[in-house]
Amino acid sequence: MTDTLPGAAIPNPLDEAAINAAVEDAIAAISAASSLEELKAVRLAHTGEKSPLSLANREIGGLAKEHKAAAGKLMGSSRGRVNQALAARTEVLEAENDARILVEETVDVTAAPRRRRAGARHPLSTLQDRVSDIFVGMGWEIAEGPEVESEWFNFDALNFKPDHPAREMQDTFFVEPPEAHLLMRTHTSPVQVRSMLEREVPIYVLCPGKVFRTDELDATHTPVFHQFEGLAIDKDLSMADLRGTLEHFARQMFGDEASIRLRPNYFPFTEPSAELDIWHPGAKGGPRWIEWGGCGMVNPNVLRAAGIDPDIYSGFAFGMGIERTLMFRNEVGDMRDMIEGDVRFSEHFGMEI
Amino acid sequence: MRIPLSWLREFAQVPVDATAEDVMADLVKVGFEEEEVHRPTDELTGPVVVGQVLSLVKEPQTNGKTTNWCQVRVVPEGQEQTLTGEGIDPSGVQGIICGAHNFVEGDKVVVTLPGAVLPGNFQISARKTYGHLSAGMIASVRELGIGDDHDGILVLSRIGLDPEIGTDAMELLGLYDQAAEINVTPDRGYAFSIRGVAREYAHATGTSFVDPASKVSAPASLQGGYGVKLNDDAPIYGKPGCDRFVARTVRGVDASRPTPPWMSARLRLAGVRSISLPVDISNYVMLELGQPNHCYDLDKLSGDIVVRRAVAGEKITTLDDKVRTLDVEDLLITDDSGAIGIAGVMGGAHTEVSDSTTNILVEAAHFDEVSIARSRRRHKLPSEASKRFERGVDWHVANVAAQRVVDLLVELAGGTADEAGTDVGTAPDAVTIELPAEFAAARIGIDFTEEQITTSLVDLGATVEKTPSGYVVAAPSWRNDLETKEDLSEEIARLVGYDNIPSTLPVAPPGRGLSRSQQQKRRVVQALADAGLTEVLSYPFVSKAANDTFGVAAEGAARPALKLANPISEEQGFLRTSILPGLIEVARRNHSRGFRDLAVYEAGSVFLPGETLGTDSIPPLGVKPSDEVLDGLYDGVPHQPLHIAAVLTGHDSPAAATHTPRAWDWADALDVARLMADVLGVELVVSQGNHQAFHPGRAAQLALRNGDVVGYAGELHPKLLAAHDMPARSVALEVNVEALFEAAADVIVAKHISGFPVATQDVALVVPQDVPADQVLSALREGAGELLEDVALFDVYAGPGIDEGKKSLAFGLRFRADDRTLTADEASEARASAVAVAAERFGAVQR
Repeated sequence: MTDTLPGAAIPNPLDEAAINAAVEDAIAAISAASSLEELKAVRLAHTGEKSPLSLANREIGGLAKEHKAAAGKLMGSSRGRVNQALAARTEVLEAENDARILVEETVDVTAAPRRRRAGARHPLSTLQDRVSDIFVGMGWEIAEGPEVESEWFNFDALNFKPDHPAREMQDTFFVEPPEAHLLMRTHTSPVQVRSMLEREVPIYVLCPGKVFRTDELDATHTPVFHQFEGLAIDKDLSMADLRGTLEHFARQMFGDEASIRLRPNYFPFTEPSAELDIWHPGAKGGPRWIEWGGCGMVNPNVLRAAGIDPDIYSGFAFGMGIERTLMFRNEVGDMRDMIEGDVRFSEHFGMEI
Repeated sequence: MRIPLSWLREFAQVPVDATAEDVMADLVKVGFEEEEVHRPTDELTGPVVVGQVLSLVKEPQTNGKTTNWCQVRVVPEGQEQTLTGEGIDPSGVQGIICGAHNFVEGDKVVVTLPGAVLPGNFQISARKTYGHLSAGMIASVRELGIGDDHDGILVLSRIGLDPEIGTDAMELLGLYDQAAEINVTPDRGYAFSIRGVAREYAHATGTSFVDPASKVSAPASLQGGYGVKLNDDAPIYGKPGCDRFVARTVRGVDASRPTPPWMSARLRLAGVRSISLPVDISNYVMLELGQPNHCYDLDKLSGDIVVRRAVAGEKITTLDDKVRTLDVEDLLITDDSGAIGIAGVMGGAHTEVSDSTTNILVEAAHFDEVSIARSRRRHKLPSEASKRFERGVDWHVANVAAQRVVDLLVELAGGTADEAGTDVGTAPDAVTIELPAEFAAARIGIDFTEEQITTSLVDLGATVEKTPSGYVVAAPSWRNDLETKEDLSEEIARLVGYDNIPSTLPVAPPGRGLSRSQQQKRRVVQALADAGLTEVLSYPFVSKAANDTFGVAAEGAARPALKLANPISEEQGFLRTSILPGLIEVARRNHSRGFRDLAVYEAGSVFLPGETLGTDSIPPLGVKPSDEVLDGLYDGVPHQPLHIAAVLTGHDSPAAATHTPRAWDWADALDVARLMADVLGVELVVSQGNHQAFHPGRAAQLALRNGDVVGYAGELHPKLLAAHDMPARSVALEVNVEALFEAAADVIVAKHISGFPVATQDVALVVPQDVPADQVLSALREGAGELLEDVALFDVYAGPGIDEGKKSLAFGLRFRADDRTLTADEASEARASAVAVAAERFGAVQR
């Protein structure tokens, strides 16, 4: 059995021409190898134990002493040349191979699946946070209160006289039994009263939250909606301070072009009272005035109900609807979209407003 | 309140070409919001003229009807037709087919000529009908849009008119007028009158104003008239129900006379239907002066009029022919026959004027606001009269209004007024208010001049006296809303103009930012969205059944719930004790709209009434209640903790070419609950749950370390899902997050991080099937001691090799010391003590 090439004789390690020929053979074969597999076969054939060069090398042992050095030198450099060629070719072929694998691994990135669902906040909730942040930035605090409330906090403490028609301006859900004087708050104003009772003056609070009126659901009404109300109680506050606060807020919400307009109105808990319009520069169909909410100087009876001396302190209050704000700020056309819970509505907004 | 412009123009300087829109734009500046424009010409355009029926030929038709073929002169004889257009006959005589029969040759009628458009976009043209070319229409009031109670043709002589042929009938019928409808806030009763609005219009435009009351010459005093007694023995809040009653008598009226078109046109624009001449006059004066008044058929009255409270069980038949049982608090107008009216609300049927009435007693009285408001609410009778009385009517205008009614009855109904009259009652004290000199400036932020202050107040009708420290102001008698210096500040600001208020930004003292619970709420609500859930909102109104199913107390019994006295739907008459019913409905709706893979959540209050519910009474306004009363109010308000619930149905992600989504299962529900606890830094103790809304074997009860149950998570009960048209295997959870907020540590103490290597050991334990894995894990944790860093369940096996009724639980334990590298022996020893506790507690055998 022999691994040597058929008919190939073992070259003489002193025969430089024969050895060079073997080296050239090997190098030619190495260059010709077009894959790592072929190269492996070439390596075995030309550097393996049965390869001409290895066999020639083995012959050195049998040479006369004086020839050993020359033969060793020739064989060493020859095998070195072959190994060098092998290494170089290996490097080339490996690089080619790596590149090919990467090409083969190409995918259609446009066909990527969505493995994670994107969540979303409800825009009313996001907007409420946004409004709160603006006021927190102004040093105000956020106050909250219960949705089922004592009639006193919702009406009497806010200077709604028991038999006055003003009490019917807000269609109220009452809780049974009526003798318990509990209702679903019709506005977030009871939180103002609670804030005044629980905090020390000066008070600067914003009260966002859910409110309830007995309106049937349609495109512009819903029995459950959200408001935010602001209340400031301090020494020497005037309607100019109210206007300034509202203007600052309006600009944060609607841009530097926004401004506000006050129109006389009536609320039992403020005197003077005003209707608040906003100049909305980005309104659909062009800039215009939009009715936004109500405001005014806190009625002294409201301060008295909370034990605050109206001769020393004055205050202002304002309130707006969050749904309404969302409707004209973000062009929501139908109130029902906000309350039906269709996931498309929330998901369209994502985490932003 | 609707304001016909022609009426307003009588007393205020309204430009001739002003539209209702212009007037509304002015009035909004002084605080009257615009509502609507009422303008007949928006619906009706001419030519509409007066014509005279020259001839009328009755022609029977094959359909059984008889038509009238009429020749109608629409241009005075001898004059030429100046109108041109298709169908307009140059001769001035139109041939018209008419189906109505209530007119005869010679009658003057309203002719709508070809080219006219009637309400309902009804275009008039010459057209062939019943064998003739009918060029126009002889109109009824209904066709003109000015009434609905006449079927036949409007014959002008019957409404007292004999105009020249060819006269513009729209002018004649007041159809070029228009009305501005404004919203009047509840404090301003005086503005429910032309008198009040004309004054406000003058304020808004800086023009002059004539008080309609000044145009009436009423006698300074009245005597010898019809007997009237004011006998209120039960005044409300000490205020007599009636403090003035003026009665006037007009005899020999013809109540059947038509109401003149100018009056019915104004009434119609003001939104008041024309009924009969006396009633129309009464309404007209109410609209003009703001004083509700009433006309009695004098001959149906018996004995003196007595104003008193009702007696128990007393009844009255009101003008609307309804029998009403009266309450002892109702104030009544009575005579010897009993009640003849609920004071200020509605008159009685028995003494009502009719066409045959000849003698009329006019009432103009002043009633207490509260008394009227209560009667109106009690009998659900919102009338034009009660609307004004409960807001407040000028005490001083009663005799003026009575005189105006009398004058109109004399003028239009041909009556004669008695010299004698009745005026009983006592004028209330005028309200005087001290206004410190700088008060309005400080409250409004405008440096008002002395002149601005006095002019504004005088323009309102107040009298102003300057004092060293400011002003003493007597409010006008029609402004019962002016009681305080704050009220006066508003009036001054309103008249000077809110647009003049400057803008200053007050600086709040340094705040604390969001409170801890506010931050916690934000964090947990955001975390769920970040985890891929979608936040939605639902209503808190639910059925009793929904509450009974979902609102489970710890013991498994249904929680008590709050019921609404006036829900929108009786079906959903309760307030939720759980968010899940609403959320499941939202999920169902989305599902039915084709969204199969859902993960929705809601954060909101639930309503959990305790033992005390509200308070028997509530304290008065304007005074701080005592601490005890306040505590009562606070305690009476039911507990309303913030809950978060979620419903997951379908799969965790959309299916795609290279992706197989995973179906949500019970463990996902638990995971969402745990996520909430994790972001808040609270540990949830999970145990097998028992909740009727959930699958009995796949529900987890969630509790705090201290044992308080805070929620449930798991697969919803298959029957419940089927009943709600929800897909099988939908899962849900609900957590009282407020309880989690409270359980969160205030300060988190840092833990030492050890850099020494970890030693891991696995152990498989065989335990009875019914032993919860979590408890075995806890036992291992306890037994392993301080060296244990973590332990996790990585396999559960039952089957060949394990005895029947047992299962094998495989745990991975990670040990690590703070101060050294653990030896294998130390780790094994810790593992052995862990296993020992599990063995002792559950008979666990190492496999």
